Amino acid sequence: MKLIKIDRQSLNDGIEKAKSAYRVFGPVKEKNDHEFKLLEKSEMPDLDFQNTRLSPKSIIYPQSQVMFTYSLDESKDDWRIMKEVENVKSPMAIFGVRPCDALAFPIVRRNFDTPDYQDTYWVKAYEATTFVGLACIDACGTCFCTSAGTGPFGEEGLDVLIIADGDDFYAKPITAKGESFIQTAGWTVEAESSVASKIDQLKTAAESSITSSVSTDKLKNKTILELYDAPFWEKEAFSCINCGTCTYVCPTCWCFDVQDETHGKSGIRMRNWDSCMFPLFTHHASGHNPRNVKYERLRQRFMHKLKYYVDKYDNGIQCVGCGRCIRLCPVNIDIRSICNKMNSFDAKNNVCEATSS
Amino acid sequence: MQNPYLPYPVRIDEIITETEDKSLKTFKFVFLNPADEEKFAYESGQFGELSIPGMGEIPIGIASSPMEKGFIKFTVFKTGKVTSYLHAMKVGDIMGIRGPLGKPYPWETLEGKNIIIIGGGFAFTTLRSSIISMLDPDNRSKFKDIHVIYGARSPGMLLYKDELSAWAERDDINMHITIDGTDDPDWKYLTGFVPTITEQKAPPGNEDTYAIVCGPPIMIKFTQPVLDNLGYSHDNIIMSLENRMKCGIGICGRCNIGKDFVCKDGPVFTLSQLNNMPKEY
Ligand SMILES: Cc1cc2nc3c(=O)[nH]c(=O)nc-3n(C[C@H](O)[C@H](O)[C@H](O)COP(=O)(O)OP(=O)(O)OC[C@H]3O[C@@H](n4cnc5c(N)ncnc54)[C@H](O)[C@@H]3O)c2cc1C
Ligand code: SF4
Ligand code: SF4
Ligand code: FES
Repeated sequence: MKLIKIDRQSLNDGIEKAKSAYRVFGPVKEKNDHEFKLLEKSEMPDLDFQNTRLSPKSIIYPQSQVMFTYSLDESKDDWRIMKEVENVKSPMAIFGVRPCDALAFPIVRRNFDTPDYQDTYWVKAYEATTFVGLACIDACGTCFCTSAGTGPFGEEGLDVLIIADGDDFYAKPITAKGESFIQTAGWTVEAESSVASKIDQLKTAAESSITSSVSTDKLKNKTILELYDAPFWEKEAFSCINCGTCTYVCPTCWCFDVQDETHGKSGIRMRNWDSCMFPLFTHHASGHNPRNVKYERLRQRFMHKLKYYVDKYDNGIQCVGCGRCIRLCPVNIDIRSICNKMNSFDAKNNVCEATSS
Repeated sequence: MQNPYLPYPVRIDEIITETEDKSLKTFKFVFLNPADEEKFAYESGQFGELSIPGMGEIPIGIASSPMEKGFIKFTVFKTGKVTSYLHAMKVGDIMGIRGPLGKPYPWETLEGKNIIIIGGGFAFTTLRSSIISMLDPDNRSKFKDIHVIYGARSPGMLLYKDELSAWAERDDINMHITIDGTDDPDWKYLTGFVPTITEQKAPPGNEDTYAIVCGPPIMIKFTQPVLDNLGYSHDNIIMSLENRMKCGIGICGRCNIGKDFVCKDGPVFTLSQLNNMPKEY
């Protein structure tokens, strides 16, 4: 598909135009970090960021989401009958998604959009959204996307990829949705043919700026129980305080809890992000807890991402290498070293070839 | 697109107190919209999410049998927030049910086989459903011998007492009803723990004999070696798990054991399957 060239002014004009057809979200500076926000009229995204503190996951899958309403008023006809909240989604566009965060959506989709059940809240929001990506030129030290199924110019999960080159930008349409975003934005100038090789150079440079990696090739060959029973889990979990930060900041974590909240005679049933790091997550009414001990919960998080998901979907790991959990963990637990340990674990001799970093 | 979290509205049609300590009640529900009953077509071994607005949802095994029409039944042990509230509800009250959820017992495999049902405590609910289904005149000829070993602490703690005694009178099912102990001189069935009774009464294991085992962890722990001694292969031992759940449809991520979701890939598993899974139940 043809490459479009956009100068700084047309980029801003195009984003403004797109707001007439989409609710446009983009990164804006908040305190010391960047966060995705709905862009107000004439508000522009701030593209001077490495990555946002949180991924745009919550635009599709809010941290707290009302699913139903109900009335507890016995005089009403619909007393105690759950009513679906209106769930019609107008078109949305997320501008400035990093390729790692974009790949998280197709990963998470395998969970929310299955042949048996469709999570209508997630699926409708996802389908209404156009993902406009921004290639990374300068990676963070904790990024390992190139060994986690994507890369700084990765396209999976995106509808358009935008590449910044000084004050100029190139837009590469990837899907029909992306084409129509470009059309709505009024970006029509085709880039000269020499640009393709320039982009290749930028891409190679960006890829080589990523210095850390994980090895995942041998995860599949081991049985679940071999890895589950591996001797390193207690030691790896020793300093974990089960704060749940790693799960909340992760673009590919999807677990939720469902709660009813009543005010007077009416109420809502909502879902809230939850975390497998919390003891109550699996606690039974009887008091029994299948993952009672801290290391069992840490093991669940990494086994899910790096083994259960791998076995279930045969489509890579449930991690896009964004590095957020590494940067934000208060005790420096690092998925890269755990992944490498799992990958190199030799169950017969009960040892890992990789040593912890 | 159908919203899989939306419960069918139901009305409580009847409430039966099952046990002398009143901790177990059976709730009979009728669908407010008759068409929903067809959508709820289920098989024995599946469960539903009982939904009480303002309280939440709980996964409960379906105690009625698909051969019983016009209603569905659940037997609920009073233990926490939602179950206590449900125990205080009245006939005529409205609430919701989602389902049917999970995989049933493997009825296709079980056809033409000897079936031995082993149940303890209040985990007898989906087993009742299974017995009713198998004893139905349309179905009985599809199975060979049927044995039932069911134990409770005392006579007053047995579920479905009238049905138990009716089944005990029949000659097409071998009932072995047992209690841990009693001073009731009129007690006419067995005394002893389920594993012991299993040792004495269960037929030996072979390719054509399947055991369905549901009960508290302690009962399962001591029954399994007995079945091993009797020659049951782990492919022929079927169990049902109860992990904590929310969505019931494999999406919320709560109930996994390894790569399987108890709600969607289970709750029914063979012992062979469980042997290859982490012991997170
Ligand atoms: C497949 C399946 C079948 C079941 N069948 C029956 C049955 O036939 N009869 C019966 O009495 N009980 C059954 N249970 C157990 C029953 O679901 C719990 O006792 C019940 O959820 C406790 O809810 P609560 O609100 O009273 O307890 P609380 O401790 O207040 O629990 C709060 C919430 O946690 C969850 N929860 C807590 N414990 C469990 C648990 N053990 N299993 C699942 N979710 C839990 C529920 O969402 C519950 O609403 C079954 C569980 C499963 C998974
Ligand atoms: S962020 Fe770190 S300390 Fe907190 S739960 Fe995750 S691994 Fe444990
Ligand atoms: S596990 Fe860590 S590095 Fe991987 S996607 Fe989640 S937050 Fe990013
Ligand atoms: S209860 Fe939600 S995944 Fe099983």
